Amino acid sequence: MIGAILREAWKSMGANKLRTFLTMLGMVIGVGAVILMLAIGQGAQYVVKQAIASMGSNLFIVLSSFSTTSGVRSGTGQAPTLTVNDARALLELNTVAEVAPMQPGSRQIVYGAANWNTQVYGVTPGYFTVRDWAVVDGDPITETDVRNATRVAIVGQTVLDRLFGDEPAVGKTIRLENIPFTVAGVLDRKGQSFDGRDQDDTVLIPLTTAQRKVFGSQFPNSVRMIMVQAVSESAMAQAEEDINRLLRERRRTPEGQEPDFTVRNLSAVADVQAQTTKVMSLLLGAVACVSLVVGGIGIMNIMLVSVTERTREIGIRMAIGARRRDVLAQFLLEAIIVSVLGCVIGVALGVGGALLAMRLTSIYTEVTVWSVLLSFAVATLIGVFFGFYPARKAAWLKPIEALRYQ
Amino acid sequence: MATAPDGVVVGIEHLYKQYETAAGPVPVLKDVNLEIRRGEFVAIMGPSGSGKSTFMNILGCLDTPTRGRYVLDGHDTSALGSDDLARLRNRFIGFVFQGFNLLPRASLLENVALPLIYAGTPRRERSERAHELLERVGLGRHVEHHPSQISGGQQQRVAIARALANRPSLLLADEPTGNLDTATSHEIMGLFTQLNAEAGITIVLVTHEHDVARFAQREVTFVDGIVTHDGPVRAVEEAAR
Ligand SMILES: Nc1ncnc2c1ncn2[C@@H]1O[C@H](COP(=O)(O)OP(=O)(O)OP(=O)(O)O)[C@@H](O)[C@H]1O
Ligand SMILES: [Mg+2]
Repeated sequence: MIGAILREAWKSMGANKLRTFLTMLGMVIGVGAVILMLAIGQGAQYVVKQAIASMGSNLFIVLSSFSTTSGVRSGTGQAPTLTVNDARALLELNTVAEVAPMQPGSRQIVYGAANWNTQVYGVTPGYFTVRDWAVVDGDPITETDVRNATRVAIVGQTVLDRLFGDEPAVGKTIRLENIPFTVAGVLDRKGQSFDGRDQDDTVLIPLTTAQRKVFGSQFPNSVRMIMVQAVSESAMAQAEEDINRLLRERRRTPEGQEPDFTVRNLSAVADVQAQTTKVMSLLLGAVACVSLVVGGIGIMNIMLVSVTERTREIGIRMAIGARRRDVLAQFLLEAIIVSVLGCVIGVALGVGGALLAMRLTSIYTEVTVWSVLLSFAVATLIGVFFGFYPARKAAWLKPIEALRYQ
Repeated sequence: MATAPDGVVVGIEHLYKQYETAAGPVPVLKDVNLEIRRGEFVAIMGPSGSGKSTFMNILGCLDTPTRGRYVLDGHDTSALGSDDLARLRNRFIGFVFQGFNLLPRASLLENVALPLIYAGTPRRERSERAHELLERVGLGRHVEHHPSQISGGQQQRVAIARALANRPSLLLADEPTGNLDTATSHEIMGLFTQLNAEAGITIVLVTHEHDVARFAQREVTFVDGIVTHDGPVRAVEEAAR
């Protein structure tokens, strides 16, 4: 019986192919949009998650107000406020596991005929711990390197690609501000940071070398920022308090006065970023769902027209013994077939679109199984929901009135 | 199939039907009483607008009377809901329309098999039965054709085959020859006569033409919603009197 009704439904859909196709189109676009948007949202979340994982855990960054744009006391004439001694003092705190004073700057790197502009960081060995960043080839920067201000450099994967191609880099000499540096090591790949920068586009050199030879600061001991790693996630709040208190004490900042440094909880910033991405992907999904609903209304619209057009057919069927539920089943099945078929095509299009987006743009997408399952569930529901009213309308016709309909 | 012990297929008592229109109720059938026994071949006649189709639709359970009793093969129809009425239409009644009313998109075979679908007959049996019926009405070689590919007379044969699908107790036909030329009409009436004589099928048939009515045994005439004659089929001159 159900098989016969299915065949009937299939046939009447085939009899009006253009209309069936147009009805389906709403569903196809709706489902395609849902799949694609969810894939984009999921991809964005994945990228952020990766970035956060690559950042290192339980991190604070202490910035001298000197280098913040929002700082009240900005101005180059002023003495930079963070020093290596601050970093050393911070390391003494119980809640602090490791510190990494840093001096950043954008510089041109030259290797043979190749040159590349990258972010150069003057760092101490603590940096590798704090960032949880391994050196895959060669050696990291050592205490000795920092003490002696040696001219060694650790290059990131992007720099490696740009300057060396397939050549081995360790042991080669690169030039930075016309100063020769020996490549001592290559950093593991990190990928994007959560604010979208390429973390592998970097060169690390000993902090002292950076201060004295590359950036040539007039305040030899100063650093732009200090990364601080707390001993644990639960110690984060305490650590933040300790850092603030210690640094204020060290510079005798009076109570109530704005200090000349800022402490930022990087994990919290990352959380906000993750949250934002999540909200964005939810929004994308919601917008796509609206188009699904619009597709559903399209189905209802066409089904209503179809019921009116086929009133006579319904009358004939009733005259030879179709019950209300038979007519209801027929029209409901048609609606469901249209929406599920539309869903299949929509999923194919959505997945194709996601793959294409990944290939043609820098957008990372990820199609999840649950988004496909969700689409099928929603498509069936929409078929039932929007098909029910027209189907009921057909089923509740009086046989004689349906037959008389011209 | 339940059968009334006394062989009465149609029992009508004090049947009234009025249509509710914007201009108020229009009484169409006024106190109709009628009994039709198994194996009868009844022609219903009468002027246009006298209520013949209205009566047929009630007989066919397509419409319900305003008042009165209609017992079909032992089933009192006034007590039945829409599903039960659908079942009666499916199992006990075969309806043949003036305009054939075949499904244009279905093949002849599918058209004939349609009542069997709603009866829950298995697929194999449906196909066999439909073939057999089309054979019987002389269209055994056109099973895969569509209604638009055959003549009006042939379409009406298909409609008759469809009406017989579930071996109904009552075959109803409202002006079945109204859309056909004389020669074809006689062919169709020949088929009805054959079904009545050989298979003993009870037939009620509406017609305007005495030429057609003479194939029947009994004539019931409606005038203004009242039965004015019920007896043997009369000649033209006799009826005019
Ligand atoms: N749905 C309806 N609503 C209102 N009035 C109706 C309706 N159907 C029929 N009538 C009226 O009922 C009367 C009988 O109609 P019916 O169709 O039964 O006549 P008939 O005997 O079959 O006529 P004909 O020989 O022309 O087919 C007519 O006056 C018609 O106008
Ligand atoms: Mg009529």
